[in-house]
Amino acid sequence: MSVVSLKKVAKEFGAGGVKALEAIDLEIAEGEFISLIGPSGCGKSTLLRIIGDLIQPTAGDAVVNGKSAHQARLDRDYGIVFQDAVLFDWRTVAKNIGLPLEMMGWDRGKRSERVKEMVELVELTGFEGHHPWQLSGGMQQRVSIARALSFDPSILLMDEPFGALDEMTRERLNLELLRIWEASGSTVVFVTHSISEAVFLSTRVVVMSARPGRIVGIVDVDLPQPRSIDTREEPRFAELIREVRQLLRRGGGFDVEEPTPTGEEDFIVAEEQLQ
Amino acid sequence: MASIAVERPTTWRPVLGRSAMLIGVLAALCVLWEAFKWFGETTGLKIGTFVVNDRTFPHIYDIVGQLFEPSRRNGPLLIEVLWDAALFTAKEAAVGFLLGAAIGFVLGVILAHSRLLQRGFLPYIVASQTIPILAIAPMVVVWLGGRGFPDWFSVSIIAAYLTFFPVTINTLRGLTSVDPRALELMRSYAAHPLQILWRLRLPTSLPYLFAAFKIAATASVVGAIIGELPASIQDGLGGAILNFNQYYLSSPESLWATNLIAALLGITFFLIVVAVEKIVVRRAPEHVA
Repeated sequence: MSVVSLKKVAKEFGAGGVKALEAIDLEIAEGEFISLIGPSGCGKSTLLRIIGDLIQPTAGDAVVNGKSAHQARLDRDYGIVFQDAVLFDWRTVAKNIGLPLEMMGWDRGKRSERVKEMVELVELTGFEGHHPWQLSGGMQQRVSIARALSFDPSILLMDEPFGALDEMTRERLNLELLRIWEASGSTVVFVTHSISEAVFLSTRVVVMSARPGRIVGIVDVDLPQPRSIDTREEPRFAELIREVRQLLRRGGGFDVEEPTPTGEEDFIVAEEQLQ
Repeated sequence: MASIAVERPTTWRPVLGRSAMLIGVLAALCVLWEAFKWFGETTGLKIGTFVVNDRTFPHIYDIVGQLFEPSRRNGPLLIEVLWDAALFTAKEAAVGFLLGAAIGFVLGVILAHSRLLQRGFLPYIVASQTIPILAIAPMVVVWLGGRGFPDWFSVSIIAAYLTFFPVTINTLRGLTSVDPRALELMRSYAAHPLQILWRLRLPTSLPYLFAAFKIAATASVVGAIIGELPASIQDGLGGAILNFNQYYLSSPESLWATNLIAALLGITFFLIVVAVEKIVVRRAPEHVA
């Protein structure tokens, strides 16, 4: 059974206004790592929010774990990570990670035990008592991931979680994320601007077109698991990147490029020159 | 990116620097005062009918010295009289501040949760502040006095009237200035609105709240002093000001000294709020107002 099942999902903003998404059909199986990639404004973040019941589709159905996305949210099936860590400044690292558990009424002992596990998982031992502003961007994002995983949600929704980080931090966190994904066994839906990141992380890459967002194609990433630093050196990695890029081009992805803060466009250009 | 774990400075240097600055500014103000007085007196400066002399512009040391003179023949020292008056006014202002802050906060919370109520009530809340306090004070005193409340409590109500407004406005602003993604997070945890209020909206609004409390703290002292006048209360600083006003020609220093004490009371209220803020608000250093 699919964990996420989208049928003819569409979204318009405003009364008869901008079409953000059109006829999205997508089945996501348990334990998959799915990336959504597409040009800016293609509605990939919107799609993520529809899966997470943070906004409602104007048409179509979103079924999650065999129930409505709304019921899935009430059942706390989602862990969410945004581009910014969105940590609560007034809480320490440990208390930020434990926030969802507090809301779910876990008692103190169980909570601190779980927080300890999470801190170890994202390798922040020793920083439990720090406040967010005392951490680097990469560390903040690791806290945010630990918070999302703390209550063991079946689906992890990530909206460009590493988009604001520098390239080196990003690659390190990619590896960490894969390790965490393997350990937790949860399903991940991951929005990104970066082709190489999408290919490196995913079991499947969903390529979307410029507005209105449609699915242009889905690339099965048949790179061996577990992935490592060497994965990027494999010839198959480059082939898959080319496949994704061709789909993006077909979807008009290279006509509507907008600069991203990570200098990722340079990366795309550099790769193009390599070929 | 490389900066990790910046500890808060715990040395005494900033404290010393701040104290030195404070004393320096105070000294500069005193020098300016005396310099202006000297300049006005030697040149015979006239601004309209205003002439600089010992009556309009007493020496600072005379004002301070007056505090340690008997307030009347064979009476207690002026500073003892003013100390009692300041305590009395402080009680009125403190009760007014607490009442006003509580009412203002509750109003803000209610308005933050309903745009309709905001539209309906906010104009009247604003209008309430455009009515001069001197016009309302006598009515409050008569109403509450007729119901058996002590006069000082009427003064507290008047102080509360000045206090609640900034608190309401800033509570409203603070509660609605929440990061929308933080709200999405809370929704993804299926959080109850009360949990969102307590764990997200309230902490977010604390810096706004304390900005309002600082305004309200000094406003409550002003409200209490002004409120004493129509209530014809003799025991507070308002009463003292009214009293020394009548003797200004013979002893201008007494009124100036009373003003000094009133200012100190306002500053004390302000500093208490600042101290509480330091304890309560844990935020990135650049976010602390």
